[in-house]
Amino acid sequence: MTAFRSLSVAMFKGFFRERVALFFTFLMPLMFLVIFGLIFGSSSSNKTKIDVVGDGPVLTALNNTGIVDFQHVDSFDKAIAAVKNGDVPAAISVQGNKIELRYAASDRVQAGTVQAVISSVVDHVNLAASGKPPAVTLDSQQVEDSSLTAIQFLTPGILSWGLATSAIFGSALTLVNWRKKQVLRRIRLSPVSTGTVISSRLLVTIGTTVLQAILFIAVAMTPVFGLQLAGQWWLALPLLIIGSLSFFSIGVLVGSIAKSEEAATGITNVIVLPMAFLSGTFFPLQNAPQWLQTVSEVLPLRHLNDGMVDVLVRGKGVEALVTPTAVLLAFTVVVAFAASRFFSWEDS
Amino acid sequence: MSKGSTIVADGLRKRYGDLWAVDGVSFTVGEGEFFGILGPNGAGKTTTLEIIEGLRKPDEGSVRLFGENPWPRNPKLLPRIGVQLQASSFFEKLTAREQLETFASLYGVSTATAVDMLELVGLSDKANTRENKLSGGQRQRLSIACALAHDPDIVFLDEPTAALDPQARRNLWDVLRAIKARGKTIVYTTHYLDEAEILCDRTAIMDKGKILAMDAPATLVRGLDAPTHVLIERGVLALEEARAIAGVEEAGDDGVSLRLSTRKPAMVLSTLAERGALEGLQVRGATLEDVFLELTGREYRA
Ligand SMILES: Nc1ncnc2c1ncn2[C@@H]1O[C@H](COP(=O)(O)OP(=O)(O)O)[C@@H](O)[C@H]1O
Ligand SMILES: [Mg+2]
Repeated sequence: MTAFRSLSVAMFKGFFRERVALFFTFLMPLMFLVIFGLIFGSSSSNKTKIDVVGDGPVLTALNNTGIVDFQHVDSFDKAIAAVKNGDVPAAISVQGNKIELRYAASDRVQAGTVQAVISSVVDHVNLAASGKPPAVTLDSQQVEDSSLTAIQFLTPGILSWGLATSAIFGSALTLVNWRKKQVLRRIRLSPVSTGTVISSRLLVTIGTTVLQAILFIAVAMTPVFGLQLAGQWWLALPLLIIGSLSFFSIGVLVGSIAKSEEAATGITNVIVLPMAFLSGTFFPLQNAPQWLQTVSEVLPLRHLNDGMVDVLVRGKGVEALVTPTAVLLAFTVVVAFAASRFFSWEDS
Repeated sequence: MSKGSTIVADGLRKRYGDLWAVDGVSFTVGEGEFFGILGPNGAGKTTTLEIIEGLRKPDEGSVRLFGENPWPRNPKLLPRIGVQLQASSFFEKLTAREQLETFASLYGVSTATAVDMLELVGLSDKANTRENKLSGGQRQRLSIACALAHDPDIVFLDEPTAALDPQARRNLWDVLRAIKARGKTIVYTTHYLDEAEILCDRTAIMDKGKILAMDAPATLVRGLDAPTHVLIERGVLALEEARAIAGVEEAGDDGVSLRLSTRKPAMVLSTLAERGALEGLQVRGATLEDVFLELTGREYRA
């Protein structure tokens, strides 16, 4: 057996015989899928709830938009009190042709939505009553595949986060553990080159990443979750591999700086969690300030995430991989250089 | 610097901060020799060994290992040396056999030798046991087997018997003798004086970074003009009588036995025999412990 192969095998076994590592690599992302699926998945939760008094064609039309959810109450005063309390963003009263809307300015986004929706419905009803043909017609349709549900966006994000976490942890822990237990010194006393040690760890990282992705996507595709892959989903494979290069380089950097497993775990968390939020892994970034979005442009997770959404669910082709690939590779080079500055074969 | 010299170390010095961990160490080791570096903790044994292995750079002095300089890392030398570091270094979660096979493959040698080494150190029945499930003695033996996995010409063993119970230590001595029987040069460190005396062809006594004496253990002891201790059962002879025996320099009663110190043991023993006072006889010659005391003026403490 060559040194490269046997080192890879040793690292692979070391990893797969560690229950905690298996948990973090394979089960944790699935747990997140379940949790986030529950939070975002239920359809009613993205409708706006408003209090309603009375009845009429306007309310029927409003109900048909599918944007608001009605909660009938007996008196408008009660409803207004609920708005003041912040229980609902708005209340509406319909008495014949008189429609009254009260909203809480404290929740501007919701209030804005409710106002816009209601005034458009009112206008529509007015127009229909006048019997005139509309001067301008609007044809609106969503651009995504009509099957697009929460799971379609959640899967690439959580998967990217899971891959980043395990790739960084895995490679950092091997380095720290092998340095602490003097295995690195011992390897240094054999005719094996640094390149062989590093590349065998990289192979293990890529292998783990691919396995993790296959398992995760397979579970997400079961009817329970109902993920549907876009046509060129297999483009995710090269993207995953390039992504794992960047996370591996971060892992080597962490493993070079940290002196203990605990320190490596801490540093990894400090890197991965903020990176995950800044990369829009769990929540979309549209509402974040511009400078935060700019910062996120240099993060590898951001680009892995974007690329994965593009090829796994948006049905984009190979052109969607160009920017992520370029950024991920550049990132890898920079971080790998830093890691090589800090790397050492032994403590102190 | 005879032709058969495997190691030639000359004037090695290594400093950590204000402390000279190794302070002018010179010695040679011949091919096939079992060379021991003996000394208390902090004497500088590990540092000396690591300089010779090429893991550390000496601040001063030079090393030749098979005629080559081990520093900076010299890939030509590496296949010829086997190293057991002071703290055992194992791949996490691998079994005994997997450890050996992995180490063997680092040198590109067949794993057959590796399995053979498992036999040599008496761990064949533990081949499929994970490293962390082995006892202290078994770990040390595995660690030695790993140092031998690529069949090197010289092995460096750093305190292989430290922290072992007496039985495990004795088992390990057999392993070390078996390695010597295979014609390997062995350089090993220990803080057990008795062990060095039993195992080594030659031993260097080290303290505070310096070699105080270096020779075959028996020669070191003989060269020491130390008294022999003759012990007999208490009550067989009165203390005053014992003191009066010709040749006895000192006599004492430790509550269990009478202890007579003499430089003429033959004379004292024959007198004791004549008087029929040999009950519970024990004769203790000088040991390396006495040598250490003589050299440093203080009691040996590992
Ligand atoms: N890396 C190091 N940094 C600082 N001091 C060290 C280092 N290694 C050893 N020393 C010091 O050098 C001295 C000799 O250490 P060592 O060679 O390990 O002795 P031994 O192996 O005989 O116990 C000790 O006082 C030790 O504290
Ligand atoms: Mg030591």
